Amino acid sequence: MIHDVVVIGAGPAGMSAAVQLRKLGASVLVVDEQPAPGGQIWRGIERNASGPIAVALGPDYQKGRALTAAFRASGAEYSPSTQVWQIEDEWTLFLTSEGKARRVRARAVLLSNGAQERPVPFPGWTLPGVMTVGAAQILLKSGGMLPQGNVWIAGAGPLPLLYATQVLGLKGQISGFLDTSRGLNLAALAKLPAAWRDLPSLAKGLKWQRELRRNGRMIRGVSDLRAEGNGRLQQLEWTAGGVRRKAKADVLLVHEGVVPRIHETLALGCDHDWNPAQKYFAARSNRWGETSRPGLFVAGDASGIGGWTAATVSGEIAALGLAGHLGIKVDTEALRRENQLDGRRSRALALRPFLDALYTPPTTSIADDVVVCRCEEVTAGTIRKVARTSTSDPNAIKAATRCGMGPCQGRQCGYTVQAILAEVHNLPVGDVSFFNIRPPLKPITLGEIASLGELEDAE
Amino acid sequence: MFRSVLEGPTAQADMTVLVNGAETPAWDGETVAGVLLRVPGAGRTSAVTGEPRLPYCQMGVCFDCLAIVDGVASTQGCLVPVKPGMRIESQQGAREIGR
Amino acid sequence: MDADVIIIGAGVVGAALAYGVAKTGRTVVVLDGGDRDLRAARANFGLVWVQGKGSDAPAYSLLTRQSSDLWPEFRNELANRSPLALDYSRPGGLAFCLSETEYENRAAINERTHNQGAEADTAMVDRAELERMLPALTLGPDVVGASYCKLDGHVNPLQLLASLHHAIPSMGGKIMFRNPVEKIVPVAGGFNVIAAQGTLQAPRVIVAAGLATPTLTEPLGLSVPLRSERGQILVTERLAPILPFPGSGLRQSADGTIMIGATNENVADIGVTVSSATQLALRAMRIVPALGSARLVRQWAGMRVLPLDKTPIYAESLDYPGLFAAACHSGVTLAAAHAAMIAPAMASGHLPDQFAPFSNGRFNVQKCA
Ligand SMILES: Cc1cc2nc3c(=O)[nH]c(=O)nc-3n(C[C@H](O)[C@H](O)[C@H](O)COP(=O)(O)OP(=O)(O)OC[C@H]3O[C@@H](n4cnc5c(N)ncnc54)[C@H](O)[C@@H]3O)c2cc1C
Ligand code: FES
Repeated sequence: MIHDVVVIGAGPAGMSAAVQLRKLGASVLVVDEQPAPGGQIWRGIERNASGPIAVALGPDYQKGRALTAAFRASGAEYSPSTQVWQIEDEWTLFLTSEGKARRVRARAVLLSNGAQERPVPFPGWTLPGVMTVGAAQILLKSGGMLPQGNVWIAGAGPLPLLYATQVLGLKGQISGFLDTSRGLNLAALAKLPAAWRDLPSLAKGLKWQRELRRNGRMIRGVSDLRAEGNGRLQQLEWTAGGVRRKAKADVLLVHEGVVPRIHETLALGCDHDWNPAQKYFAARSNRWGETSRPGLFVAGDASGIGGWTAATVSGEIAALGLAGHLGIKVDTEALRRENQLDGRRSRALALRPFLDALYTPPTTSIADDVVVCRCEEVTAGTIRKVARTSTSDPNAIKAATRCGMGPCQGRQCGYTVQAILAEVHNLPVGDVSFFNIRPPLKPITLGEIASLGELEDAE
Repeated sequence: MFRSVLEGPTAQADMTVLVNGAETPAWDGETVAGVLLRVPGAGRTSAVTGEPRLPYCQMGVCFDCLAIVDGVASTQGCLVPVKPGMRIESQQGAREIGR
Repeated sequence: MDADVIIIGAGVVGAALAYGVAKTGRTVVVLDGGDRDLRAARANFGLVWVQGKGSDAPAYSLLTRQSSDLWPEFRNELANRSPLALDYSRPGGLAFCLSETEYENRAAINERTHNQGAEADTAMVDRAELERMLPALTLGPDVVGASYCKLDGHVNPLQLLASLHHAIPSMGGKIMFRNPVEKIVPVAGGFNVIAAQGTLQAPRVIVAAGLATPTLTEPLGLSVPLRSERGQILVTERLAPILPFPGSGLRQSADGTIMIGATNENVADIGVTVSSATQLALRAMRIVPALGSARLVRQWAGMRVLPLDKTPIYAESLDYPGLFAAACHSGVTLAAAHAAMIAPAMASGHLPDQFAPFSNGRFNVQKCA
């Protein structure tokens, strides 16, 4: 059987695309490595319907319920706890769930696999006790977990503020918030007029900050963060206002924004563009979300960070694009107008330039002794040493140092290697490329791969 | 380092899992990675230098949540929800394959 | 003149030659191509392999054995000249046999090589002996035995390339990456090498540009008949040590990863396929069933640089003295010989008679015959 569309990722973009595609009569298979729909923002949405966690997670979270219900009712086939580990031409997708590999075919593919937090190495970031804010929020959504002891948040962006508010709402403790953003800068203020189009979000952000100032310690202008401890996090150090400070710590949650997931589009050889403001690559796509490879579409944060509202709209747009690709007889331009997709999307993205300017990715040089590649435990110093005699090609670094060769396949070190190469070769960061991405997209067992041979024999 | 708000003197755990052989309460919706964070000493040690590690990203992109789950090594714990009776073992260094 | 010798190609052949030239005290400049060029040097399996090589080409078999013997010293010297790790060991190697037929064929190859006069360094080992050699694993039921050659070894080929790239500049040489050569033009006393970053001049030029070699040498009448062959390789996560000997098609690196490969495919594109991964995984699990639980971390493909008769080509232009070409499969195995034997000969301007079996003239002879 051939599916019209396989959608990868059941977050806001993937679910809304699936719902639209079903309305247009397409057969859809949605796969997601998570056990339930909702994506990162609406993790555990079907489970957290009431009770203290639901209240603390706030109204934006609850908005996911309607779309998730529509998705469940849409008639799209849904395969949770499923990883896509290889995509071959026009289009064969190799999947694995619960230790079993299988192969599905599709006329078109939509990548709506979202974003990941930007990895920002600093001394001590591999210590137990240090993790990302997104990770902590996921723990809250799945199992109601709150951090214990001396809990610190460090970083910048809307997510740490939201998470801190949620924790305080559940009577959790936060010892302090180390704000690494540059504060309200001119560049950000210049973007403010457009941001007024999204007044509610702006107001929300200010409310979170007020709450934090009231409840905890908000420390601004933080730099040179360092986590220390013997076998686990015990102490933090940072600089603020020219003074070096220390504090006891059990948990440190860090966040410096999010970047699109690009391993799939890189592995498939799609063209990518560099976003200089937010320093990330994203697959280039046309106004329907189609990448440089016909039949391969992207939507949501995977196509560039825009947040969940924009993601749902881009999912709808991609659904129309896919309908066009499949030859479904509908007037896609008319539907695009009727549903005001462009207007809705630009409203949803109105605040983005302001946020991008306010929360610029960190540019500090990484000290030689800091581990850059968490898997292969390669330090910045080793990378610099090789970079000095190699070209500015990240693959040369990978080959010489094993940086990016571990199980995460460069998801944690790719942008850091790029930044170090740019620094050593004195180039603009965007002029340095990302690693070549080799299959499989997720490490699967040889036994699972071998089982496909038996499948072949049976066919 | 983490505790569930559902945990408390009155609240019952939804299930029991085995962490390195010890019975441990667990909650519906929780992942293996969540359990690794709640139980002291349950994390992995890294494959190169043997440093202790705990789950970092919870979204499948860091591989610091690798554990042996029901006998399957190098399982990404953050992608696997707990089940009653599940056996979770710490993965130490470069893993061994069975004979 | 910009250097005594210009080498085109900084793959494992070009880099080993450049290293050897630098060791003679001559100045050398290496020009390499773009980031996306085919690079067997970065795609290969890393065996320093003797058994079975040149079973019907005695000169090749001998050169391979010489290189294998030169390797330990080559490795130590190179490691002293570069700060990078260079994992190499020579515990002997295994070619697993998964049926009686495979076992007999292997024995016949050994016999043939031995009859050519090579030392008896390869022996068949039966299953019981193999089990004693590999105490940490259980062999699959199909394993009949293996052929064991005590000269075989393995190296991390990426570290080898990186170490060479580090050592060459430290010895006064120069490597210019991202500097593809368009053309070689003979001039009085040598050659102009016209490349992306400008023109350089030298009395001697060695073309070691892998599969691109003929495009540079043939306009000058120096024919280097090559074909490409795709080889796909799988590599697993790091595992605790289980395989103390490298094997053809299966080896555990010093890092603990297990490499499985390589396919032999007559196709032009450099992509990888799941069907090949399946075949490779199946064969590996027939040898060591427990590998079924190991996780695949990466799969890639490389293009073998294959002279038509699989024997290396070390060619010298008769029309333009000072112009050489070097192209071969097994550039890793031969790296030590390239550095110690071929490089000094080419740098001095003439290949001695001992290398006549590797000249490109042999192809013409075949055509006439
Ligand atoms: C799958 C596979 C497995 C293998 N396993 C083994 C093994 O186990 N043991 C072993 O000994 N060998 C092995 N080999 C063979 C070995 O890798 C090759 O013999 C060796 O890499 C060939 O080296 P090279 O330098 O000739 O070519 P390459 O490594 O391909 O390098 C060619 C270089 O030339 C440059 N170049 C090309 N055109 C130009 C131009 N116009 N100007 C400037 N530069 C240019 C390129 O940029 C490149 O750097 C394997 C090969 C493959 C494909
Ligand atoms: S916690 Fe990062 S992959 Fe599971």
